[in-house]
Amino acid sequence: MSTRAPEQPAADEMPVELPTPKRTSGWVRFWRAYGLAILFVLVILVVWEMWIRIFDVPKYLLASPTGIVTAMRKDWSKYLMPNLWPTLSEVLIGFAISVVAGVGLAIVLHLFTPLRRAVYPILIGSQTIPIVVLAPVLVILLGYGLLPKVVIVALICFFPIVVNGLDGLRLVDDDFIRMMRTLDASRWAIFRKVEFPGALPSIFSGMRVAATFAAIGAVFGEWAGSSVGLGYLIQASTPNLQTARIFAAILLLTLIAMALFGLVSLLERVFCPWVSRGGAL
Amino acid sequence: MPEISDTKTTGGRLEEESVVATGPRSAAASDDTVGIAFTGVRKAFGDVVALDGVTFEIERHSRIGIVGPSGGGKSTLLQLTAGLLAQDAGSITVEGETTTQGRLSRCAMMPQRDLLLPWRTALDNAMIAIENRGVSKRDARAKTRPYFEHFGLAQFEDVRPDQLSGGMRQRVSFLRTLMADKDILLLDEPFGALDSITRGQMQEWLLRALGDVPRTVLLVTHDVDEALLLSRTVVVMSARPGRVVTVIDAGLRTEGLSRREIVTSREFIALKESALEALE
Repeated sequence: MSTRAPEQPAADEMPVELPTPKRTSGWVRFWRAYGLAILFVLVILVVWEMWIRIFDVPKYLLASPTGIVTAMRKDWSKYLMPNLWPTLSEVLIGFAISVVAGVGLAIVLHLFTPLRRAVYPILIGSQTIPIVVLAPVLVILLGYGLLPKVVIVALICFFPIVVNGLDGLRLVDDDFIRMMRTLDASRWAIFRKVEFPGALPSIFSGMRVAATFAAIGAVFGEWAGSSVGLGYLIQASTPNLQTARIFAAILLLTLIAMALFGLVSLLERVFCPWVSRGGAL
Repeated sequence: MPEISDTKTTGGRLEEESVVATGPRSAAASDDTVGIAFTGVRKAFGDVVALDGVTFEIERHSRIGIVGPSGGGKSTLLQLTAGLLAQDAGSITVEGETTTQGRLSRCAMMPQRDLLLPWRTALDNAMIAIENRGVSKRDARAKTRPYFEHFGLAQFEDVRPDQLSGGMRQRVSFLRTLMADKDILLLDEPFGALDSITRGQMQEWLLRALGDVPRTVLLVTHDVDEALLLSRTVVVMSARPGRVVTVIDAGLRTEGLSRREIVTSREFIALKESALEALE
């Protein structure tokens, strides 16, 4: 389905008007985009529920969808909400730090080639260290509180942002840079007016990948040592076989990741309005 | 938009007072009549010799078309002139400037692809050279806006490039090149990416836009018609390594004639024949 109008060569004086898509209502478009996925999830939920009822699976082995909903309601104020906020703040602070540090490092490495040659291989190499084993070390180093979790989230989100940012900056078409040079642009002007905006879509896709990692980082951090957070709640509920509560906590973690992903996508629309229309570098 | 009334009378030329100084002109320009001089220019990329022994001179404020088979180093010649590349041997003098930096300060280049920045509106694209000289966005917009009408772009100032037609994008690109206010314009197959009907319209438009503008224009094209139509002198180049085969003095009368009348005239066809012969 092409959304762009074919170019009309003869009508040179006319702008190529994009055909405003027939004003289908928001809901119709929403269902067209996500209807099948929603249906698929519903089918899985129904099958899951039926399975547990028909075969009489014990509650402590596997929670049913209705059991999860019940746990969500019953445990919300006592267990879930008090543990949601710490995890949410770890995710948001850690993610924010990784965006600032990741984009910043990508820019610095891009502008200073020798530095990129020196640092880039180490950066790639550092990714082979599993974050899971780093988490306990960071807890020893930074204590039991918020800080080590934020650092782990930031570490896990940092890499995709730096790599995508560097790629985006590096892959800007040389012709644009040459054009700018004949128009008296300084190195800084080329960066600010061409390279950085050109790399923005790539930076945002790095951020989207990072958004899905952030919650995982927070859970690793909490498992390594914590007395609050959804990761802690999962860990504490396991010996008690509170399976429905564990599932409810997992659901909340998923929702955090999806909300962050949605936020990044929204920001991309605001900051890169030209991308959705097919303009690209 | 206080300047709009001015532009009606100025034709394609940007008025002196409307542009910011481009810096002190070099006093080294020994001969005022020579715009660009190539002497024994050679350029190779690895083992591939793109240009060899290229020698010719371009009079200041004349319009030169360069035709040749593709891959003949025509674009390389433009990039050398603009100072985007350094030659391997020989010398290039652009209004007295011999260094790449000096050449870069004298030339503005219009690329084959319009290369408009997709995140900037048409107006913000056109003004980028002024902005690069340190003028504020607001002032740069005010300086550039009046030219949109003259370029047939009125009311498209705030439209992003992806909503303009190919011909309009190319005009914005040309305006952007002009706003750099350089004495030398390098046009690298400016209409190569357009379909033939739009290209014809754009050639006619450019012919008028250049008018009697006192600028040195170097036009690279693989289209003999385009070269003869738009330039006073046509330099025919050979395939790799690119050398000058012949120089044709076109100098067709174009005033008051339409493109159709020019390209179908007996004079034009005779010139075209000799150009095509030289290309073989």
